[in-house]
Amino acid sequence: MYAKEFQDSIKAVEAAREANIAYEPARMTAKEKEELLAAYHPDYKKSEFSELKFGPNKGESVPKELCEMLEAHSRIKADDVDLTAPKYDVDILIIGGGGAGCAAAIEANEAGANVMVVTKLRMGDANTMMAEGGIQAADKPNDSPAIHYIDAFGGGHFAAKPELLSKLVCDAPEAIKWLNDLGVEFDKAPDGTMITTHGGGTSRKRMHAAKDYSGAEIMRTLRDEVLNRGINVVDFTSAIELILDENGNAAGAVLLNMETKELMVARAKTVIIATGGAGRMHYQGFPTSNHYGATADGLVLGYRVGAKLLYADTLQYHPTGAAFPQQIFGALVTEKVRSLGAKLVNRDGKVFMHPLETRDVAAASIIRECSDRGEGVDTGEGMAVWLDTPMIEKIGGEGTIEKRIPAMLRMFASYGIDIRKEPILVYPTLHYQNGGLDINADCMTTNIRNLFVAGEAVGGIHGRNRLMGNSLLDIIVFGRSAGMNAASAAAKTSLGKLTLDHIAKFDAERKAAGVITDKVSPKLLPNYTTRKSEL
Amino acid sequence: MEKMVNIYLLGKQYQVPDDLTIMRAMEYAGYQLVRGCGCRNGFCGACATIYRIKGDRGLKTCLACQTKVENNMYIATLPFFPLVKQVYDIEKIKPTEQIMMQLYPEIYACVGCNACTKACPQGLNVMQYIAYAQRGEFDKCAEESFDCVMCGCCSSRCPAGISHPQVAMLARRLNGKYLAPKTEHLENRVKEIKDGTFTELIEALMGKPIEEMKELYNNREIEK
Repeated sequence: MYAKEFQDSIKAVEAAREANIAYEPARMTAKEKEELLAAYHPDYKKSEFSELKFGPNKGESVPKELCEMLEAHSRIKADDVDLTAPKYDVDILIIGGGGAGCAAAIEANEAGANVMVVTKLRMGDANTMMAEGGIQAADKPNDSPAIHYIDAFGGGHFAAKPELLSKLVCDAPEAIKWLNDLGVEFDKAPDGTMITTHGGGTSRKRMHAAKDYSGAEIMRTLRDEVLNRGINVVDFTSAIELILDENGNAAGAVLLNMETKELMVARAKTVIIATGGAGRMHYQGFPTSNHYGATADGLVLGYRVGAKLLYADTLQYHPTGAAFPQQIFGALVTEKVRSLGAKLVNRDGKVFMHPLETRDVAAASIIRECSDRGEGVDTGEGMAVWLDTPMIEKIGGEGTIEKRIPAMLRMFASYGIDIRKEPILVYPTLHYQNGGLDINADCMTTNIRNLFVAGEAVGGIHGRNRLMGNSLLDIIVFGRSAGMNAASAAAKTSLGKLTLDHIAKFDAERKAAGVITDKVSPKLLPNYTTRKSEL
Repeated sequence: MEKMVNIYLLGKQYQVPDDLTIMRAMEYAGYQLVRGCGCRNGFCGACATIYRIKGDRGLKTCLACQTKVENNMYIATLPFFPLVKQVYDIEKIKPTEQIMMQLYPEIYACVGCNACTKACPQGLNVMQYIAYAQRGEFDKCAEESFDCVMCGCCSSRCPAGISHPQVAMLARRLNGKYLAPKTEHLENRVKEIKDGTFTELIEALMGKPIEEMKELYNNREIEK
């Protein structure tokens, strides 16, 4: 139940509801989209970016907060640890226990490799767990990997690396089958047909889901499988520095027990970075839909040993973060709400865009509505627009919300809002790191041998914007592939002497570039103890 | 001016604004969380919490990220609970009643007290899904337990020592893998891709100039 200051606007939304359901707003033209993005999308706000002064991407712009972490000091000096006495000695070290890390671990174990996973929180404390809407795969007769490719390539502004994107779409059906065979419960019709919907920017209904717990269902199944296989998972332990061998190949990492602060050395023939995203960096002061540990650690680790980043200047702001009540400010309101028929409407109850534009376009459109157009709703904490959820029950019949998006129903019900009867207030929230480490189709970084990357820490799979449902897909496709390829690389590798010489080298480069900083990185966790307003 | 309330974090008193969640209240009080904090959005189950309002007899359970503080709330976080997780080979087990007897025999010691259901912060009918598991009705157990975030609140209150979330996890995997209907169009598509049906098409797209790709994208037909 909303306070009275919202009631006038809600009445306008209700009055227009029937007409808005029938109304099919036009999709924007390519030119309209370009102009909208340039004027309103946060990626285009130059003052929020800094140029990297040294390192593999010297001269390129990245978000200020990321630049600070990439150029920062290591948390350790090379002689803080004894590289000749590793606590762990394995074929494959996987950094990160989310969807990509677990998929990699399962395949590496299947290939017979000795594999370990380190994760700074618990296995499964990851953005994968929070993905609600679904996972794409072109497995219906009216669809094909080629159509999926065109959707994703265009949605990503024609910037994806073709060899990565083709792998994503061609391996997608197999990824769904693999998950299904592990016991993941996809929404299906009684005859076994997958129940699929649209996502923003898709031209076929290829969004597979497990209600609106799609990521949670995938994550808990992968976690269960990792445990069944007896894979060594070292939790509450972060990787704070990669280790190379004397030949410059990845050879392990320095680990930090998050609770006791003990430093340990893990020696590994190959390393897989599966550290996920960066929402908790709060770029441009945005709230985030990401989990607590999303601090771009993998990008920092990779950059310091010389691995290149690709598209690190592009972030995804999910158009519909919860804007009210403040307890859930920034939390994800799944795109599936729009897939099921809810439209975005402004203060006056007017539909101002097609609900299934791509995420960057939708986010920019909402920002425009709330800024220059002055058509937003004032929540007391900022501006927002309505997402008219009661439309779903009118279109799909009573009970649709409870059946298809129970998590959303529950999240708002906790604060006395019944989304079946009342619309909800939304505003863009920092959601996804489009860019990341540059890899080849075998998941190995382009310039550091035996350093593999999978999941959100990769750049280039999606280009400069990602479609809904392609991230759950990429963690599985590239996670599995990284696990298999790391296993075969490990079998062919004999390590040279371990070294942390890159730290001093990086320090020298910083000095030569004239950069002075007292920051250390990776960030590991955000600090909310003093900043009450940031969630 | 925001209204302040008294809370007791692990017994120690703090004053915090009344509109904060328990998790935010801990941070407001100065805790830099490492344990008991994961997704912060009600999906991961990291922040299971037990509380009692001063003067009430009832002990309540919740997720710290999803629950607002109340005045005179005594809060104990439960960042880890020793659930029993049995290992098995999903390829070898069968979806029969015997598998539960073999892996989680304690479910048959359920005394029907329903403390698990009362403890569930997701509002699930936990005792009912355990009953389904006892009877080998894994499809029903899977459906009833689907929204479980595996926080362990239920198990912390169980006199029979049942690890409810792990029982449900097994039931869901059995259902997803063995009992749910097979998807023919998926099997077909996987085979077509293996046979190279789309290889030429994809390779052609990969080699196309951007201008041609823009044409294809901007003029593609969108399914209604």
